[in-house]
Amino acid sequence: MSKISGIAASAGIAVARAFILEHPDYSIAKAVITDTEAEVAKLNDALEKSKAELTAIKERTLAELGEKKAEIFESHLLILEDPELISPVIDKIREELVNADYALNVVAAQFIEMFENMKSAYLQERAADMRDVTKRVLNHLLGIHYISPAEISEETIVIAEDLTPSDTAQLNRQYVKGFTTNIGGRTSHSAIMARSLEIPAVVGTKSVLSQVKAGDLVIVDGLNGDVIINPTDDVVAEYKKKQEAYNLQIAEWKKLRDEPTVSADGKHVELAANIGTPNDVNGVIDNGGEAVGLYRTEFLYMGRDKLPSEEVQYNAYRTVLENMKGKPVVVRTLDIGGDKELPYLDLPKEMNPFLGYRAIRLCLDRQDIFRTQLRALLRASVHGDLRIMFPMIATLGEFRAARDLLLEEKSKLIAEGKEVSENIQLGIMVEIPSTAVLADQFAKEVDFFSIGTNDLIQYTMAADRMNEQVSYLYQPYNPAILRLVKIVIDAAHAEGKWTGMCGEMAGDSTAIPLLLGLGLDEFSMSATSILPARSQISKLSAADMKELAAKALQLGTAEEVAALVQSINK
Amino acid sequence: MQTTFRIIDEDGIHARPATALVNTATKFKGTEAFAEAKGKKVTLKSILGVLSLGLEAGDTLTLITEGSEEAEALNALQEIMVKEGLGEVHE
Repeated sequence: MSKISGIAASAGIAVARAFILEHPDYSIAKAVITDTEAEVAKLNDALEKSKAELTAIKERTLAELGEKKAEIFESHLLILEDPELISPVIDKIREELVNADYALNVVAAQFIEMFENMKSAYLQERAADMRDVTKRVLNHLLGIHYISPAEISEETIVIAEDLTPSDTAQLNRQYVKGFTTNIGGRTSHSAIMARSLEIPAVVGTKSVLSQVKAGDLVIVDGLNGDVIINPTDDVVAEYKKKQEAYNLQIAEWKKLRDEPTVSADGKHVELAANIGTPNDVNGVIDNGGEAVGLYRTEFLYMGRDKLPSEEVQYNAYRTVLENMKGKPVVVRTLDIGGDKELPYLDLPKEMNPFLGYRAIRLCLDRQDIFRTQLRALLRASVHGDLRIMFPMIATLGEFRAARDLLLEEKSKLIAEGKEVSENIQLGIMVEIPSTAVLADQFAKEVDFFSIGTNDLIQYTMAADRMNEQVSYLYQPYNPAILRLVKIVIDAAHAEGKWTGMCGEMAGDSTAIPLLLGLGLDEFSMSATSILPARSQISKLSAADMKELAAKALQLGTAEEVAALVQSINK
Repeated sequence: MQTTFRIIDEDGIHARPATALVNTATKFKGTEAFAEAKGKKVTLKSILGVLSLGLEAGDTLTLITEGSEEAEALNALQEIMVKEGLGEVHE
């Protein structure tokens, strides 16, 4: 038995066997070949092996999960036998004297593009099937041994260097009981996704990948940030007990699901959820979210090889709005750059990506990308209560430029006879200190603020939040941060506007009393934090918290602030 | 031989019924089978071809068979269209 520590990224406890997830390299080079028939034979061999694999998966799925789930593999099998796919690949090998993997990749890309441009959302998703099938054949052509996370069919703990958004999107909650990674922190994407999937996770262990072998029994303690490898029976029993206690607590919180969020002295605030994909909306509803406070649209742009079309985006936004049934949905426009790269945009490497060409800076420059997103949003606006916010606004000029593009696209859509809602609130993320300081001026022109604390803290403290060596400077309770938050909230209220917060801080039990006291109107957090937060707020007096916050603002350090908040718990 | 259908399934033609159509068409080795819709004609022996038509509820789809077993093939295909609730014969 051995134990390693990491960062508790998603609450809960999981006990299962390890599944090692490593990413193959699919870079394909075009080569000139001489023996075309040998190349065709290689292709046929890879196709046969892929079919054998799929047949086995299909039969297993049929036996374990039923006919419905197995159908998809039947379609994959047919694609592998499809003359419309195979003949052009063979022709390409014979006529252009190219390698089989290159020929397959080129032909498959055409079909992927065809599906992506289809009108129906269902058919657009078939592009993913095409990608899966292509990768399966490429595995054999390139000699790669790879099992995709989607194929996991027994209870497992996923062990990886890091998880990409597309990996996490493929994780089947029925089988994946938890995951643990070498890198990442509480605010890295894999951690955020784990919380929205409600899978216990420990990230940033530095060494779990080298210490665990496939099939080892692993405990992931997402409450304390521990990973236990090959535990003794006693330890397993102890953790099972802990798991039960946690589940009981969850059941207690669930009772608050359909209740409003009201403090002990009757002040109402809104508890909203942060989401990354339309699939996350179920979790928001299940956890009693009163709104979506942050819809991160960049996941639409990730895990693919070109920009998503207006249609793809429209369908996603519409789905979220419809499923939220009239409750507010705050959509953040594309926030790419920094730690979130898009290979197909081919952005230059920067020395300081967090201070560079990203988010609204990129969107105002690449208006083709931005206008497509704005059109999709405007068209979706008739399906619910849409609110749009721009990320990384540093100057009022940037906000005005983005707003003007939105208004231009709106007029164009109306001229085209399309319906657009007249009640779209327009706001900004406050995550750059210059904007927080000048909030009174912004408040005259925006409908709302949403404070993005993850970035606001890193920019105010000048500390990269991905750099573990300076992680001590990530101080949400630092009075400097609290004062900035106060400036923003007061500025909004002076103009009759509202302020939300969509960073991790909004769901933090130490920060919540202070934020309530500072007058925050909307708290947006991981869906699973909502019920604990509602329970906590119901026991706090907003008037008392106002006094507490006033005291905190006069303290000198984050530690003193944390100690002050702890004192009220006694 | 040919029969024209109007698609009634509100989800259009999905992968599952498309799979059934392709599997059936492929059984008739000596008979060619085609699907024609929106001015595009594709072989019914290709799932990618059938899906590429992007069929949605309300569209019309013509199934065409040519060859030694054209009548049997068309019958079998029509049965799937009706049994799966995909479409109704369009006069």
